[in-house]
Amino acid sequence: MKKRFNPKTSQKIAFTILLLSALVTIIPVVVIIIVVIKNGISAISWEFLTSMPKNGMRAGGIFPAIVGTFYLTIGATIFSLPLGVLAAIYLSEYAKENRFTRILNLGIVNLAGVPSIVYGLFGLSLFVIYMKLGVSILSGCLTLAIMELPSIITATKTALNSVPKQFREVSLSLGATKWQTIRYAVLPYALPGIITGTVLSNARKTGETAPILFTVAAFYLPRLPSSVFDQTMALPYHLYVISTQIPGIEKNITYGTALVLIIFTLSLNLVGIIIRTRLRKQKKW
Amino acid sequence: MNDIIVENLNLWYDKFHALENVSMKINDKKITAIIGPSGCGKSTLLRVFNRMNDLIETVRMEGKIIIDDENILSPETDLVALRKKVGMVFQRPNPFPLSVYKNITFGLEIHGINSEDSFDNIVENSLKSVLLWDDLKDKLKKSALELSLEQQQRLCIARLVAVKPEILLMDEPCSALDPVSTARIEELMIELKKNYSIVIVTHNMQQAARVSDFTAFMYLGELIEYNDTNNIFTRPEKKQTEDYLTGRYG
Repeated sequence: MKKRFNPKTSQKIAFTILLLSALVTIIPVVVIIIVVIKNGISAISWEFLTSMPKNGMRAGGIFPAIVGTFYLTIGATIFSLPLGVLAAIYLSEYAKENRFTRILNLGIVNLAGVPSIVYGLFGLSLFVIYMKLGVSILSGCLTLAIMELPSIITATKTALNSVPKQFREVSLSLGATKWQTIRYAVLPYALPGIITGTVLSNARKTGETAPILFTVAAFYLPRLPSSVFDQTMALPYHLYVISTQIPGIEKNITYGTALVLIIFTLSLNLVGIIIRTRLRKQKKW
Repeated sequence: MNDIIVENLNLWYDKFHALENVSMKINDKKITAIIGPSGCGKSTLLRVFNRMNDLIETVRMEGKIIIDDENILSPETDLVALRKKVGMVFQRPNPFPLSVYKNITFGLEIHGINSEDSFDNIVENSLKSVLLWDDLKDKLKKSALELSLEQQQRLCIARLVAVKPEILLMDEPCSALDPVSTARIEELMIELKKNYSIVIVTHNMQQAARVSDFTAFMYLGELIEYNDTNNIFTRPEKKQTEDYLTGRYG
């Protein structure tokens, strides 16, 4: 007779391996957060958060970088959210399955795979140079917006598809037009998914350096931007600059900046999750 | 007069001939039941009356269906007006995840209100017409999903009644309900036929016998026999009808 493991033992082994794999995946996150907090927390003060950098960025605060990142995040969303949601509605509710739609979908999938540095160069050539917007917040926002379009479109399409088919049927059977059906019987129920998708892609975009490198980010600009045509400092680029270009900088300033960036991203995620739970509570099915 | 006159109706899903040469006249302010085994085309026929089959891209129809002197199969048919006039109750109760009140006003907001009636009045009258008002008058803000299945199905009928249809299509409206709820929905249907023409598709032959005035028996896409419910159940003319009614297939 063929010898085989006791099923209970093999079950235990399997569970242990599965559990370990799950643990291993969160180790990097935990370690990063611990290291960043340990090294950076001493730099965090009210002054660090609200004052201009001084002494060639070796002292003072990171206020303009925080403000810049805030502007870029909001600004990019202003362009990408409406465009992405409307495109997704067209693709999932109106478009017929044909060659044209397949090409569109393929394009969106590929857009998601383009390296972020290529978006940066694209933004530089189209917005900064060709459209003469200059190295500015506007150019940076537009570049980031294009970059996050695929994830917003995908999130919106998934959210629309997860709305039960019967909602559409009922609405149409009550004499609603297709657009009324989308507007009143589909979109409200897809909204939590759309918002979550948007905020999550926001969080990812907040940390991007490459797309803003040539389009908006200022190396050192110890004042707040005065308009959308102004340059601005931004957290990820500032972090890159002080980690690589400024010799003799205190370690806790670098880690402090990283900590602020992480907190910024995490709080964005948190906001998204809170909005989603609120909306989910109202609209459950 | 809200008769439905069907003349030589043929319907295909792609190459599948789902309805073959169906002709019948459905009478105003009566309940007409369509019975037959699964896949015989009874739901398809029902969904022709409000053109819900149009949602399926491969569907193709020939023939005529006259409602209010208009051929609703003509390409110029205003689907919005047609579906307002010919409402539908679905197999599973499908209220929106909104309050009882909002469910009923859904249709009103879509069509805009064209009478002096206030939303409150319409909600009250619609709920009264499905005998839910006494149970729910203090719970209008409650989510419709917290109601029992029977109440949900009544609410769906109330939602329909609020847009003032003339014909009600019911696609196995009791198949998700227990026998007691089923009996109560059947009572409601008899109540409703004073004001509406009702067409009901059902798997349940007893239900057809209990509630309907006329019964149509369909088999493999064809209308085999259509007559007074009494005649169908006591003296069926066709052998196929008799076989089905006596449980030899189906």
